[in-house]
Amino acid sequence: MALRAKGPADHDDEEDQGMATDQTPRVTVNGVVHDLVGTDPWTPALEWLRSIGLTGAKEGCAEGECGACSVMLARRDGEDRTRWAAVNSCLLPASALAGQEVVTSEGLGSPEALHPVQHEMAVRGGSQCGYCTPGFVCSMAAEFYRPDRAPSREDHGGEVGPNGFDLSAISGNLCRCTGYRPIRDAAYALGLPQTDDALASRLRSPGPAAAPVVVDGPTGSYVRPADLDEAIHLIQRHPDAVVVAGSTDWGVDVNLKGARAGLVIGIDHLADLRAVTRDAEHLEIGAALTLAELERGLAREIPLLETVLPLFASPLIRNSATIGGNLATGSPIGDLAPALLALGADVVLHGADGQRVVPLASFFTGYRRSVRGRDELIRAVRIPLPLGEVTGFHKIAKRRHDDISSVAVAVSLHVVDGTVQRARIGVGGVAATPLRATDAEASLEGQSWTRATAAAAGEVLREVGTPIDDHRASAAYRRAVLATALVRLHAQGASTAEVTR
Amino acid sequence: MSAPLPARDDRVVGQPLPHESAALHVTGRALYTEDLGYRMPGLLHAHPVQAPHAHAVVTRLDPSPALAVPGVVRVLTAADVPGTNDAGAKGDEPLFPDEVMFHGQSVCWVLAETPEAARLGALAVEVAYEVLAAVVTLEEAIEAGSFQGGAPRLERGDVENGLAHAAHVFSGVTTSAGQEHFYLETHCSIANVDESGQVFLQSSTQHPSETQDIVAHVLGRATHAVTVQCLRMGGGFGGKEMQPHGFAAVAALGAVLTGRPVRVRLTRGQDMTMTGKRHGFHTRWRVAFDDEGHLLALEATLTSDGGWSLDLSEPVMARALCHVDNAYWIPNVRVDGRIARTNKTSQTAFRGFGGPQGMLVIEDILGRCAPLLGIDPLSLRQRNFYREGQSTPYGQVVRHAERIVTCWEHVLSTADVARRLEDVAQYNATQEHSRRAIAVTPVKFGIAFNFTAFNQAGALVHVYKDGSVLVNHGGTEMGQGLHTKMLQIAATALDVPLDLVRLAPTRTDKVPNTSATAASSGADLNGGAVLDACVQIRERLRAVQAAHEAPLPWADLVAAAYAERVQLWAAGFYRTEGLHWDSAAMQGSPFKYFSYGVAAAEVEVDGFTGSHRVLRVDVVHDVGDSLSPLIDLGQVEGAFVQGAGWLTLEDLRWDESHGPSRGRLATNTASTYKLPSFSEMPEEFTVTLLERAHEDGAVHGSKAVGEPPLMLAFSVREALRQAAAAFGPPGVSVGLAAPATPEAVFWAVEHARGGNVPPGLHPVVEG
Repeated sequence: MALRAKGPADHDDEEDQGMATDQTPRVTVNGVVHDLVGTDPWTPALEWLRSIGLTGAKEGCAEGECGACSVMLARRDGEDRTRWAAVNSCLLPASALAGQEVVTSEGLGSPEALHPVQHEMAVRGGSQCGYCTPGFVCSMAAEFYRPDRAPSREDHGGEVGPNGFDLSAISGNLCRCTGYRPIRDAAYALGLPQTDDALASRLRSPGPAAAPVVVDGPTGSYVRPADLDEAIHLIQRHPDAVVVAGSTDWGVDVNLKGARAGLVIGIDHLADLRAVTRDAEHLEIGAALTLAELERGLAREIPLLETVLPLFASPLIRNSATIGGNLATGSPIGDLAPALLALGADVVLHGADGQRVVPLASFFTGYRRSVRGRDELIRAVRIPLPLGEVTGFHKIAKRRHDDISSVAVAVSLHVVDGTVQRARIGVGGVAATPLRATDAEASLEGQSWTRATAAAAGEVLREVGTPIDDHRASAAYRRAVLATALVRLHAQGASTAEVTR
Repeated sequence: MSAPLPARDDRVVGQPLPHESAALHVTGRALYTEDLGYRMPGLLHAHPVQAPHAHAVVTRLDPSPALAVPGVVRVLTAADVPGTNDAGAKGDEPLFPDEVMFHGQSVCWVLAETPEAARLGALAVEVAYEVLAAVVTLEEAIEAGSFQGGAPRLERGDVENGLAHAAHVFSGVTTSAGQEHFYLETHCSIANVDESGQVFLQSSTQHPSETQDIVAHVLGRATHAVTVQCLRMGGGFGGKEMQPHGFAAVAALGAVLTGRPVRVRLTRGQDMTMTGKRHGFHTRWRVAFDDEGHLLALEATLTSDGGWSLDLSEPVMARALCHVDNAYWIPNVRVDGRIARTNKTSQTAFRGFGGPQGMLVIEDILGRCAPLLGIDPLSLRQRNFYREGQSTPYGQVVRHAERIVTCWEHVLSTADVARRLEDVAQYNATQEHSRRAIAVTPVKFGIAFNFTAFNQAGALVHVYKDGSVLVNHGGTEMGQGLHTKMLQIAATALDVPLDLVRLAPTRTDKVPNTSATAASSGADLNGGAVLDACVQIRERLRAVQAAHEAPLPWADLVAAAYAERVQLWAAGFYRTEGLHWDSAAMQGSPFKYFSYGVAAAEVEVDGFTGSHRVLRVDVVHDVGDSLSPLIDLGQVEGAFVQGAGWLTLEDLRWDESHGPSRGRLATNTASTYKLPSFSEMPEEFTVTLLERAHEDGAVHGSKAVGEPPLMLAFSVREALRQAAAAFGPPGVSVGLAAPATPEAVFWAVEHARGGNVPPGLHPVVEG
């Protein structure tokens, strides 16, 4: 079968014919197979699920902030295992569900036979108006099934229950009624899944493969190409095509700004974009790895990322959003870019003419613009080794979890014998793009790492960029917190510096 | 009515039951208005054309390009209105305006086969505007003298004398921001016309009868030709008391004109830009204390930001004025209220309904003046509490004033406040970059609608021949557990197991002329009505039983009654006795009783950024004899966190510039308007319901619970003020913006430290 008959994706050349499969795109929802034929490439999974009668998932905000639309997806976990991942179904194109397995609140249990998560939520007063509840239940169930969740007596600062339940798993879900205490109690009351639990058993077999697929709808098509080269070819032939991985950014544009596209190319599954490789000098991270995958797989290796990732959006977003997508959107604030700037990262771009490596510091060229060519994709992010010994990340926002920074400062210092040999500082929220604070870096380098040095460099950092007054913060406040960021790092990291000295 | 029932340990009332819909909520089976649309063939979808100006005249409106968009069926304009083109209760809210009064106001609505076609149709409608000058901020409105509605004054004693002869007089300005309701379910109405021409509306409304009235007058029909049903709402918080009417009217008009079901469902952005919010307030005050810190006199002018139309601004102001005293005896009082008219959404009811804004004034005054008086805030509050026999400035005796002290002492002892204050002092003495503080604040909140006529309710209780029971009442369910309480009351009154009782959706053709489910009064009023209906049935059954020697089981008793032609259903009615209110003189006893509560909050503030955490909260709250303790606990906790959101996080910003988007709501999404998430929940949170709190004359001795605990969150704000002050020398008075966002707290810290605070970012008290 061919791509749709009319519109921007209109073509019938042989290559596309060859790429397309003759399989009807299908998705399994709560164990029932549905076909996706006739779905527009921008139609959110949420809307599609509701249209087939599964109205449990709700639209609360349509931008991945409230979690009322949360559903569970089966995701590959290595070669032979599966994980349940909760995602915002309002941002994901329905067509991207092709070949996937979805579980919604309706599929977890029924009023007559509640799932353990549903039972705890119901009896402990975890629902009041109930509108956010199906989403909470899905986020909570994904954590309930987390393979490495285990009861623990360790004190994790109150954010991990005695049953190993990590409360941050439901931090992307908003409730306006309860004040959250009964929801926390419900989460902490959960046991481990029963041995005959079907969703728990599912974890022990391979996750669904993301086979190449074409989903044609009335106004456009969704294509999941077979490999990176095919993706590049498609982009070359269809300059108006939209490329998505987790679609956490484009999904917002679709819902809030009416963005539409005749051709959407899904690249989240491409093996070429999902590798992690290491040598003595670099760590290379595939662009289509989700932030959740980085958090699980790499954060311990890179302490700065371990600090940043839990503060980045919500777990629902991190289950979909990718490192490459975050850089490609070019947000002036995005918390990851300042951190990667501080790590001195490079961006590996892949195009029809091969690949090129661009320092992240010269990647962004303006508000949501970069040096990436129209027919190039970010293949990977490369982090030079060794890492700085002293690192810190300061996110200034109104809310502790899941908020956009008014200012983000990431610092990586290479300190030898108490002296700063190399300083890298990435800053977000002070200009049209994330910035390296080179003046402040220079004022640190060659100096001993003391509070006085930090304070003096802070005065330089205060002047970085051109912060503005907006609804998130005043320019005066932005400058004030820039000025204290290094002193704060010094105060928090004083012991580390001592050891180094 | 309210027949006293024998106390029984096993009765259903008072049991800590989960929400009656909990199993439906958690499995996604609970249906909300929008969900119903997916089950309706032929449904049309409506999309508004929103004006891009805060104030403008519509000089031309051409819907024809929209009609050329595939799927568009009709464009609704003023010319289509057969009745009155007005969606408000005051006649000042044209449904299809020719003068745009706020940025985002809808000028017409497009109906189409799909939401997408309706959206594209709305983009195609051509509208020309002549832009007019707009008043955006409260300060601009005060400057320009832009006011609307009445300007009430509440007065007692001799304020001038009190101020003239006091040991200490302070003056200042206190402002508080508005608040977006952010109910998770946005507004939705679905209308259908049946074979008899009746308009049947399913609507997310807290006030079905008023929705019915307004739809009828827009359609130019009698009220009996319109029926409104509300299954449940995904949150209301006051935001669905007045605001649903216009959306319901659009759906109804569309259904009448097309003969097809029509859905109006707002996106989050539409909901935020088109519907009213909590009123922001600006208050200029002068206050007098004696040497011991006793309040002697308060003079204040409260100005609320009413937005473009009156809506509920007048009763909101009345409640604000009636709560400016909170729990404190102030012998001489003169408070004036006025409502600014601005080019913004029409601000409306929001949990507390002016009470929080009024109480914030006195709590702010006490918090700012305590250091100037050299008295710690805990003692200053305590020594000003009402005592038994004293009355409010509007003349109502403060009955059970001793409960303030009871709650206060209960919190101080169970939360171990004295010892923890020492820990805090120790912490502050040893930490360089952070400070902690504990604040304790009281709540006294009057229960009943200030407008006396609203204090009535109806119910319809059916007992079927098989003994099963169906309850209808006039209240709506928005998550507050009203239906759960009504089931418990009916099961208890009829002495049947809970599972024999079912609750039917709220409908205006079952119980007419209902009041809004608002003012925390849902359980008081509808509970009284359900009880009345059940007692009538019970009395009739008692007569049937009397003719039999052996006690009959319930089913047999019901069967016998039917056989003997005894009426097995009853309409119940309740009105709150003992209320009187002179709204012109602002005097009387508008409230049935007062609800009390006390909270102690401990916070930690980071000196680098002003970011803060709520470490621990202890609450003792008076709900009378709880009808349903699990529900009431949930209401107290939820209200507290919502109040803390208002006071410390939620930050509504309008474009106040004079550029092209002047008056636009800048925080019109969930990503720009942040409500509390898990990270704002107090890390330790203990709520205790006051024991032995029976309230005579209220249903089963219970008290209202919806609104009062919201104001317990003042404890968080006052603790933040004290923690900020602890960065500076003793005796420094710290002003704090509301909301106390990290940035606002940072400037408070800077002020306390004697640093440089940019003008306009920090309020000061004048001595």
